[in-house]
Amino acid sequence: MSGFGGFALRRLVGAVVTLFAISVIVYVVFYVTPGNVAQITCGPRCSPAQVQQVAEQLHLGDPLYVRYWHFLEGLVAGQDYSTGTSVQHCSAPCLGLSYQSDQQVTELILAKLPVSLSLVFGSMVLWLILGVGTGVLSAWRRGRLTERLLTGITLAGVATPVFVIGLVLMIVVCGQLQLLPFPQYVDFTDDPEQWAWNLLLPWLSLALIEAAAFARLTRAAMLETLAEDHIRTFRAYGVGERSVIGRHALRGAFAPVIALNANNFGSAVGGAVLTETLFGLPGIGQELVHAVNVVDLPVVVGMVLVIGFFVVVANVVADVLYAVADRRVVLA
Amino acid sequence: MSLVNVTGLTVEFGSLRAVDGLSFRLEQGAALALVGESGSGKSTVASALLGLHRGTGARVGGSIEVAGVDVQEAPDEALRRLRGGKAAMVFQDPLSSLDPYYAIGDQIAEVYRVHTRVSRRAARARAVEVLDRVGIPDALRRSRSRPHEFSGGMRQRALIAMALACEPDLLIADEPTTALDVTVQAQILDLLHTLRQETGMGLLLVTHDVGVAAESVDEVLVMRHGRAVEHGPVAAVLGSPSQPYTRDLLGAVPRVDAPRAAAQVREEPPEVVLEARGLRREFGRGKRAFTAVDDVSLTIHRGETLGVVGESGSGKTTLGRMLVGLLEPTAGQVRYDGHARVGVRPAVQMVFQDPVSSLNPRRSVGESVADPLRARGESDEGRIRERVRELLERVGLEAAHYDRYPHEFSGGQRQRVGIARALAADPRVIVCDEPVSALDVTTQAQVVALLGELQRELGLALVFVAHDLAVVRQVSDRVAVMRRGRIVEEGPADEVYDNPRDPYTRQLLAAVPALDPRIAAQRRSARRELATL
Repeated sequence: MSGFGGFALRRLVGAVVTLFAISVIVYVVFYVTPGNVAQITCGPRCSPAQVQQVAEQLHLGDPLYVRYWHFLEGLVAGQDYSTGTSVQHCSAPCLGLSYQSDQQVTELILAKLPVSLSLVFGSMVLWLILGVGTGVLSAWRRGRLTERLLTGITLAGVATPVFVIGLVLMIVVCGQLQLLPFPQYVDFTDDPEQWAWNLLLPWLSLALIEAAAFARLTRAAMLETLAEDHIRTFRAYGVGERSVIGRHALRGAFAPVIALNANNFGSAVGGAVLTETLFGLPGIGQELVHAVNVVDLPVVVGMVLVIGFFVVVANVVADVLYAVADRRVVLA
Repeated sequence: MSLVNVTGLTVEFGSLRAVDGLSFRLEQGAALALVGESGSGKSTVASALLGLHRGTGARVGGSIEVAGVDVQEAPDEALRRLRGGKAAMVFQDPLSSLDPYYAIGDQIAEVYRVHTRVSRRAARARAVEVLDRVGIPDALRRSRSRPHEFSGGMRQRALIAMALACEPDLLIADEPTTALDVTVQAQILDLLHTLRQETGMGLLLVTHDVGVAAESVDEVLVMRHGRAVEHGPVAAVLGSPSQPYTRDLLGAVPRVDAPRAAAQVREEPPEVVLEARGLRREFGRGKRAFTAVDDVSLTIHRGETLGVVGESGSGKTTLGRMLVGLLEPTAGQVRYDGHARVGVRPAVQMVFQDPVSSLNPRRSVGESVADPLRARGESDEGRIRERVRELLERVGLEAAHYDRYPHEFSGGQRQRVGIARALAADPRVIVCDEPVSALDVTTQAQVVALLGELQRELGLALVFVAHDLAVVRQVSDRVAVMRRGRIVEEGPADEVYDNPRDPYTRQLLAAVPALDPRIAAQRRSARRELATL
């Protein structure tokens, strides 16, 4: 398995390099924005003298690479910030202070992250079950009524915006049938049972949207595999259709599903804004939109980096799973 | 009761009638070959025997009885028990015929468990047993390998092992050796022969290769356009065919033991056109470095054909590409007209193996043939068109074919387009990399004849790279035999073929299937002796 260990290590190193590149690009893109950062930070009513003071605090006079170096230093070693009267210490993975609230960005993110992760993890489980299940069914029943029905439903799934599905779910389940209370985020550590009940609807609405893509992908990959020669071999040896579909054809859908899942998981961590807003979940996506609206650059940069981190990590995990599923990958 | 009894079989795909009123019988323990060119319907017959067309939309008529099962009428469950249990099939391409994701032993065990109610462990043990039976060394350990970790010959052995697992009465082998090297082919055919002797199972062999049939069966059925042309004992059909088509087919098969018909006699010392000196080519770096061609020196004279023959992986294609300049050698040089040369030049052209993938499907064949002209700087559209039409006619196509696309042509015609493209640059040397290996024997003979004609007319030098020893003998003045990147023997064709000096050449020649069943039997015992050496 030394080949496999080496493979995993190479992917990990690649991930670190990618993250570093992301940090450079994000930093440059956001801090070279047009407009006076000090003015924005200080607010519209500041006098030129006050703006000047803020600019000094933010080291805006330094060249960009020096500022980026400070930023990296903060990430690795932490940093002290003086906010006029007091000095605030921002410890190790320091992403700076919010222009708006002077709160540490790291703390801000750590407060929102569990909400987003709860939403996306649970939803992922659902969308995999729903999506892959539907895909398998429609590949198996290809050309029949079941498949056409399923194709219609998944198409509707892709086409319906999340807020429509979410609203309908909420109105029916919570409003009319009163099966569940209107969702309100409860932390997992406080009450796991309430956590799950409250997240059930958000999970479902996000999963319904995502599942459609998985259903189509699974179906396509399986049909492709079903046309391959080795499937003919097993049919010619009397292996039943259930085994042919469930064992041999499904295996061919593994790789593309893993790859799509990595991407969707990563981007949903910061991208499920509509779902978060609709269900009042205080997650990363909502916070990011707010920070962008008020041009709170440290928060935006920090969040984009964290989202990038999840996308990269999800892809590394996908690569490794890929290799476990199909050992030919390691050789390539 | 016959093992197989087929009467009036027809198979139709839409409006195409692939099999048209075919009848034959196969007795217990006997062996029958269905021989025919591509499109003759032979593989369709093989699939029909297992009812594989059920549910695919193909219309199957007539009656098929295999091992006491009426394949046309049997319920799905009975058909499933027949497949693999009583009649097992071995397919052409052993790589794509196994599931790439599962261990080979598990795949065999899975099939075994479909037909017998045994535990997983017992099925796994049976898999190891049959793998051992077909000659996979260290079968227990290798049963855990995935198909990509096996060589082509081992994969085909694994498929045969799968077929053997349930001790079937009938083995259906559909082109079982077509994807394999000639020495491996001989091993697989010998294995099938031994297994038949030991188990007494019947064999239905589907093949385009008359030699393979001669090696393996008692009876031959020659097919064309879905119908039986000739049917009888193998020695009679191949020895004194009664039908004109069979005669044509046999006439087109290149013979490895017959000297070249039109051997040229030279008077003046020939002029050297292309020369390779100490060519070496490596691929990969570090631990993965691999030397494909190692210290190869060759000379090619004006107007002669040099055959380069070898099995897959021997480096013959790499050598061909270096001669044309498509690959730079790691060491050594290619000299053209006495000067060292770098990169491609118009005077040295190439004809590729696969006429399907070596032509751009989105451009008309005329445009493809015009490419070398444009590359040389010709810009007068009228002159280009004129020249391309001339070239198309020269290779036996029509000038009006200019605007057609590759998919409108047959394999042989596409290869003619490839030859026309090579001629467009007015070359002095053409390197042909397996130019006929994707073609049927009759088409193959036509393309070989065309190359010979062009050579005589234009004084071309040809480098003919191929794995097929018989074809190479047919076309070559001189032959170089390659193995593991080196030339093990080189000389005038008749000398190399009639008195091979290198043991590897001898082994290769002994592996070529003979058209005469008696000679085939002799060769088989000769191979056993060579193998024990």
